[in-house]
Amino acid sequence: MGSSSSNMNHIPNAQELMQETGFSAAHLLRLYERFEFLDRDGKGELSPDDFEAVRELALNPIGGRIIEAFFPQGQETVDFASFVRVLAHFRPNDPNRKDGAQQDQANSRTRKLKFAFQLYDQDRDGKISRNELLQVLRAMLGIQVTEEQLQSIAERAIQEADLDRDGAISFDEFKKSLEKVNIDHKMSVRFLK
Amino acid sequence: MAALWTLLFCLVWPACLALTPPAELPQPHNLPPVLGMNSSDGSPSVDVPMALRVFSMDYHHVQAPFEIVLWIMLASLAKLGFHWSGRVPAVVPESCLLIMVGLLVGGVIYGVRHSAPPTLSADAFFLFLLPPIVLDAGYFLPGRLFFENLGTILWYAVLGTLWNVLGIGLSLYGVCLLAQNSLGDVSLLHCLLFGSLIAAVDPVAVLSVFQEMHVNDQLHILVFGESLLNDAVTVVLYKLFESFLRLPTVSGLDVLLGGCRVVVVGLGGLFVGLFFGLLAALTSRFTSRAQVIAPLFVFLYSYLSYLTSEMLHLSGIMAIVTCAVTMKQYVEANVSERSNTSIQYFLKMWSSVSETLIFIFLGVSTIQDVHMWSWPFVCSTLLLCLIWRASGVLLLTAVVNKLRRNAVTFRDQFIIAYGGLRGAICFSLVFLIDDFPKKRLFITTTIVVILFTVFVQGMTIKPLVELLDVKRKKRALPTVSEEIHSRLIDYLLAGIEDVVGYWGQHYWKDKFEQFNRKYLRRFLIREDHQARSSILRVYQELERREQRGDEETPPLVDPRSHSRPLLPGEMDSIRRILSRNLQSFNNKQTPAYSRHTLNQDANKDRMRKPLHRHQSLGERYTFTQQAEDGEFSGSGRPRKGLSRSHTVCSISPRPVFQETSVSPASAQTAETPNSSSTSREDPVSVQNQTTVGGAPRKHLSFVLENEEK
Repeated sequence: MGSSSSNMNHIPNAQELMQETGFSAAHLLRLYERFEFLDRDGKGELSPDDFEAVRELALNPIGGRIIEAFFPQGQETVDFASFVRVLAHFRPNDPNRKDGAQQDQANSRTRKLKFAFQLYDQDRDGKISRNELLQVLRAMLGIQVTEEQLQSIAERAIQEADLDRDGAISFDEFKKSLEKVNIDHKMSVRFLK
Repeated sequence: MAALWTLLFCLVWPACLALTPPAELPQPHNLPPVLGMNSSDGSPSVDVPMALRVFSMDYHHVQAPFEIVLWIMLASLAKLGFHWSGRVPAVVPESCLLIMVGLLVGGVIYGVRHSAPPTLSADAFFLFLLPPIVLDAGYFLPGRLFFENLGTILWYAVLGTLWNVLGIGLSLYGVCLLAQNSLGDVSLLHCLLFGSLIAAVDPVAVLSVFQEMHVNDQLHILVFGESLLNDAVTVVLYKLFESFLRLPTVSGLDVLLGGCRVVVVGLGGLFVGLFFGLLAALTSRFTSRAQVIAPLFVFLYSYLSYLTSEMLHLSGIMAIVTCAVTMKQYVEANVSERSNTSIQYFLKMWSSVSETLIFIFLGVSTIQDVHMWSWPFVCSTLLLCLIWRASGVLLLTAVVNKLRRNAVTFRDQFIIAYGGLRGAICFSLVFLIDDFPKKRLFITTTIVVILFTVFVQGMTIKPLVELLDVKRKKRALPTVSEEIHSRLIDYLLAGIEDVVGYWGQHYWKDKFEQFNRKYLRRFLIREDHQARSSILRVYQELERREQRGDEETPPLVDPRSHSRPLLPGEMDSIRRILSRNLQSFNNKQTPAYSRHTLNQDANKDRMRKPLHRHQSLGERYTFTQQAEDGEFSGSGRPRKGLSRSHTVCSISPRPVFQETSVSPASAQTAETPNSSSTSREDPVSVQNQTTVGGAPRKHLSFVLENEEK
């Protein structure tokens, strides 16, 4: 791969980032190379165009939402530190690290689920409304499903998950409905071990 | 329908009467001169001079090609009749029917001539009948899906085949040892040889069965890839054991050398294929002035690669598949649309004919007096095939599921295991064995296994799978919300992996793509086609996505009015919708491979529809920072109203990008040149200038369009 330690100097706050996210130096370096690759104009920051240059992302039904997730509220560009922080969510859970602050780790189960939750919850009100669910369903299922079927599916999903009967899915209800799913296995990019 | 069958009958009768082995050189040994003929074999007649014959017939002259054509005609008419016969295709897979026709014809021939009907010579099979099928499979291989699942496919193909071969071979040897009196002279090597040929799962038969079943794309590519690659493995192992048989003794060194040989043969075939594939791509670059012969090069080079590797005793199947996969993208970019269509149609046609001929011959050759029967051998072979395949699949899947994100479910495993139909490759391999006392037993057993798998397994797999689905439903299934959220996470992860350029999959793919772009494409593709191909490909992919949903947007239904508990039937349909739609994501919109059809949308719609769509490309590609009501970013429902209202100035057969963006641009108002000019560039780049379109915007443009009219 040709990575030398001198490259680490290019990365601002490398040590703090490693501490915060749990990435090793090699991974950080690799992510930095990827960051530079995506940053075609060499600005040191990524804008939405750069993300869209990734062809497969354009074909992804929720590609737009994923891209948005990289940009913190209101910002137009993302720098390397924020890029890495977002990706830290997808590190596989390291069972050997027994920090006290386990829950705050970026890749903890709760944080992973929160990330997924925020893909639905565009208006950040802490709940997935029926509309938001419908939008995502429409994007994912799109074509071969009629509108009534979509409505029924969304209705059914809310019925199942909504325990306090407020017509929307809160984060706790979301977590509960996914309790049988092995989130750590599913929501990890394996190389980021 | 009746006319078809009459025609068929009229052709079958003379065909049966006048038949000799058509695939070999005409041998006059048992050809009764039924039809009176005045044979003139080209030599000047020095007989008694007769009056000048006004009408004469000379059959010998045209015998060989005539019979070949008759066979092919018979096969194709049978196929036609099959497809017209109502409900039969749903129950009986096509391969079954063809074998039955073959049996019928064989029976008729036997009855008429009281001697064995012609058999398929192994050379004819391997040199003429097999290459078109494999070429067709390789050319239409869904590339991305295949390479994404390559690890799993190789795992099943190589390890699975080895497991089957060794298992069946060794167990059969055990059976032979147990039945010493009747089977004593079958040695271990013979058993291993037999094991290697009987383990060959036939892609032809398998895929013809899958047509009727709802098989998701991942499973499809797994089975398809596995059957393709395990052909190569099987043939290699077969040849290995055969050469062992010819050696006086087999030592440990020989086994080791055998192992090396397997690797060499496989990789050698790969490189031969690569070489010819690149040559073909290069040649196609220069065919612009002689477009008519462009398709010919595809076939010539592929066949040449096959023959070359056969000559060098390398794996011809690997060569031809690699050749096809390699040259496809460059050839498609270089040659005209019509040539592309010709290539595709010819491939389909030839492979179809080959397949039909093979199955009919299979049926015909069953009627022979060379059979030798042995209950223990045949029954144990059948049983062992099933057992070893099932156990192999179970074991391998257990391991591979740890490494895949999309697990291979139990239903899939059942289909893979039970769908391991044997076909023509086993059949011809068994004929190739050097003669030894029990060869006829092997032939009989092979035929029995093939018939059993094709008929019994082929016909029962669909009902069994449906039964399995029903049983599954009785257990606790994931809730709808769980499924939806899981799928969302799948998409999310796919996206993140794309962003990160995930090692192992995308890393190598990216590297290859860079290499491809920098060197290969510039060398192998014509200059003026280079830019078009990359942008147009993305564009066309997106178009194909949109085309699937070209229907009216249903009016927004008030959700409250529909809140009632769902009927079980509805739940079922919801589940089916979810699983079928969401699992096709990885497929990236390439339609599933089918031997018998060309996917129409690949050709026709591509030419017409894109011209409607580019206008709204700008709106579709805005990635909004704030969501608006009813609006969702990324690709979504096509704006139907817009596409209908567009006036397309010219619909040329070639979707040349530049033209279309020019003509409507002139007809549109100020805001649209923005989108059309930006659509000249890589359409994937965001158009942030064109603001978000929601329902209000759609209306706006619609109104504008109308104003033009």
